[in-house]
Amino acid sequence: MGNPNRVKAEGGIMRWIDDRFPATQMWEEHLAKYYAPKNFNFWYFFGSLALLVLVNQILTGVWLTMSYNPSAEGAFASVEYIMRDVEFGWLIRYMHSTGATAFFVVIYLHMFRALLYGSYKAPRELVWIFGMTIYLALMAEAFMGYLLPWGQMSYWGAQVIISLFSAIPVVGADLTQWIRGDFLVSGITLNRFFALHVVALPIVILGLVVLHILALHEVGSNNPDGIDIKAKKDENGKPLDGIPFHPYYTVKDLVGVAVFLFVFCVVIFYFPEGGGYFLEKPNFEPSDPLKTPDHIAPVWYFTPFYAMLRAITFSLFGLDSKFLGVMVMGSAIAILFVLPWLDKSPVLSMRYKGWLSKVMLALFAISFVVLGVIGVLPSTPGRTLVAQICTAVYFAFFLLMPIYTRLETTKPVPERVTG
Amino acid sequence: MKKHLFALLVALMPMTGFAAGGNEVHLDEMTPDLSDKASLQNGMKLFTNYCMGCHSLQYQRYSRAAEDLGIPQDLVEQQLIFSEDLAFNDQMRNAMQKGDAVSWFGAAPPDLTLEARLRGTDWIYTYLRSFYKDPERPLGVNNTVFPLVGMPNALEPLQGVKEMVCAETDRPVPGHEPDPLTGKYQSCDVLKVTQAGKLEPEAFDRAVYDLTNFLAYVGEPSKLQAQALGPKVLMFIFIFGVIAYLLKREYWRDIH
Repeated sequence: MGNPNRVKAEGGIMRWIDDRFPATQMWEEHLAKYYAPKNFNFWYFFGSLALLVLVNQILTGVWLTMSYNPSAEGAFASVEYIMRDVEFGWLIRYMHSTGATAFFVVIYLHMFRALLYGSYKAPRELVWIFGMTIYLALMAEAFMGYLLPWGQMSYWGAQVIISLFSAIPVVGADLTQWIRGDFLVSGITLNRFFALHVVALPIVILGLVVLHILALHEVGSNNPDGIDIKAKKDENGKPLDGIPFHPYYTVKDLVGVAVFLFVFCVVIFYFPEGGGYFLEKPNFEPSDPLKTPDHIAPVWYFTPFYAMLRAITFSLFGLDSKFLGVMVMGSAIAILFVLPWLDKSPVLSMRYKGWLSKVMLALFAISFVVLGVIGVLPSTPGRTLVAQICTAVYFAFFLLMPIYTRLETTKPVPERVTG
Repeated sequence: MKKHLFALLVALMPMTGFAAGGNEVHLDEMTPDLSDKASLQNGMKLFTNYCMGCHSLQYQRYSRAAEDLGIPQDLVEQQLIFSEDLAFNDQMRNAMQKGDAVSWFGAAPPDLTLEARLRGTDWIYTYLRSFYKDPERPLGVNNTVFPLVGMPNALEPLQGVKEMVCAETDRPVPGHEPDPLTGKYQSCDVLKVTQAGKLEPEAFDRAVYDLTNFLAYVGEPSKLQAQALGPKVLMFIFIFGVIAYLLKREYWRDIH
C-alpha cells in the first residue's frame, strides 16, 4: 500500500500512517538520518534558536491578539489592559517584545556564522537567498509590529520610515499615501499593519522557513572547515565526519536553548525595557499627530541601516540626498542577495581564507556595529563622518570581494573535519 | 487672547526643552522601592488627595492597587475613593472634563499612569520639588525642571513657598569655583523655602519620594509579579540546563 519507495515502519500504527503519509520517511530524512558534520561549534546554535524564537513570537502573538484592539482609539489602552488586567498578560507581552529583539540577535549571529564559514557559497546559494528573504520579511514584520502599541515612537517611527518612499521620484508622494491609506499615519494605517503583521507576514515567514530548511537538508549543512562531509563515506554510505542530527544535535541544541532561555528570561523579568532600547520611553505616551518627539530613533535592530540613510548628506548626479540615502539603504540589503556570486575564493571557511578576507570581515562587522550605535544617537557632523566611512566599508566588503578573494593565497583545506 | 498665548506656550514646551537639550537640568536620583509598602501606601494617599483632582490614573484600578499595596477594601472605599460614581474595581479616573481643563490651565493635565515610565522617577521626584514663586506666571509659580509649566504647585500646603534666591549650594555651578573653605558654590538659582508649609523640608522630600514611588508602582504593577516569579523561572531553567548538559555529555561520549 502507498508509495513503495518510502521508508516505512515494520508494523503497527506507524505502518498504517506511513502507508498514507511519509511520517517515518520525513523523520529520518530531516532528523534521525540527517547527517550533520560533527564539528559544529558555538556559532551553530543560532539556527535552532531562531526557530525557537519564531515559535515564541507566534504563540505569544496569538495570545496578544486575543486582547489587543487594532484601532486608533483603543490600541494604546488595550496594550495597557493586557499589561494589567489580562492574566499573565504582562509576561506574554514582554515575551513578545523581548522576543523581537532576541529574534534579531540570533538572526544577526546566524548570518555572521554564514559569512564566517562561507555557508552561502555553492551549493548553498538558495539556502542563503531564502534566509535573506526571511530577514527581509522579518524586518517588515518587526516594523509593522512596532506600530501596533500606538505610542509616540510607534507613530513617528512609522511616519519617518513610510515617508522614505516619498523620496522616490515621480511616484513617491502617491506611493506613501497608498501605503498609509491616508494623508497621514492613522487608524487606517494601523489596521492594515495589524493585518499584515498578524496574518500575511507570518504566513510568508513560515513558508520561507520551510524552504530554507528543505534547501539546507537537500545539500547538507556546512561546517567550520567548509569541507564536504559527503566526500568521505564509510562502507554503509554514511559520511565519516557526519552524525545523525537526532539525537546528537537535538540534545546539544537543548543546552543552547537552556542558556538562551536563561538570558531571555533575565531580560523579561528584570529589564523588559532594555534600557529604553527594546521598549523606547516615548512609547509610553499615546501617539499624538500634533506633537513630534524630540528625537526619533528606530529600534536598535534597524539602526545600522538608519545610520546609512542619514550618512548620505550630499546630492549626486542630480539625485537629492534623501533619495540617495534611500537607495543606499536599499542597496545595503539588496547586495546581501548576490553575495554567493561575489565570493570567488576556492575555499569556504574563513579558517583557510587569506588575511585580506579576514581583515575585510572584521572591518565589516565593526562598521555594522558602529553604524548601529550611531543610528540610535542624534546626528552630529562628527558622527555623520564616521557613519559615512562605515557605510563605505560596508559596501567595500561586498563590492571588493571578487577582487580580494581572488588575490589572496588560501591555506590548504584538510581532507577531514578538524573539530 | 492671553489664554491662547498660554496654550501656545504650553504647546511649544517640548521644543524649548529640546532647544535646551545641550545643558540638561540636574535631576536628583530617586530609586523606587516597591517592597516598601508603607511608602507606597503613603504615596497613594498623597496622590488621591493632592493630584487626582486633575490627574487621572486611567489604566490603574483601585482594587489592584489595594491588593498589591495591602490596603483593606473598606479603607480604600472610605478614604481613597472620593466619587460616588466610582466603585472599588474601577480605574482611578477623575471628574475633570478635558474642555474645562484646557480653558483653565491651557492644556489638559496628562494622565499619569505611565508617567514614571515615560519621564523616569528621577524626573518626577525632582520636578515636584522644583516649583518656586514667580509672580510673572499666571498661576504664580514656575519650575526649574519644567520651565513655564502650566501646573500650580499642588503640594504647596505641604512644602510651603519656595523662592529662587542667591545662596550657597552643594551642587556644582558650571564655570564657578567652589569656596576653598566650605567647598560650596555661590549660585543665584537656589530654591529655598521662605514660608514654611506643614512639613519640614526633609519630611517633604520623603513625602515626594513616597508619591514618586507610588507612580513607579502604577507605571508597571506587574513588576511585583515579575520579581516574585523571576527567580523561580530562572531556577527551573538552570536545573533544566544542567540536566540538558549532562544528557548531551552522555550522548556525545562516543563521538570523537
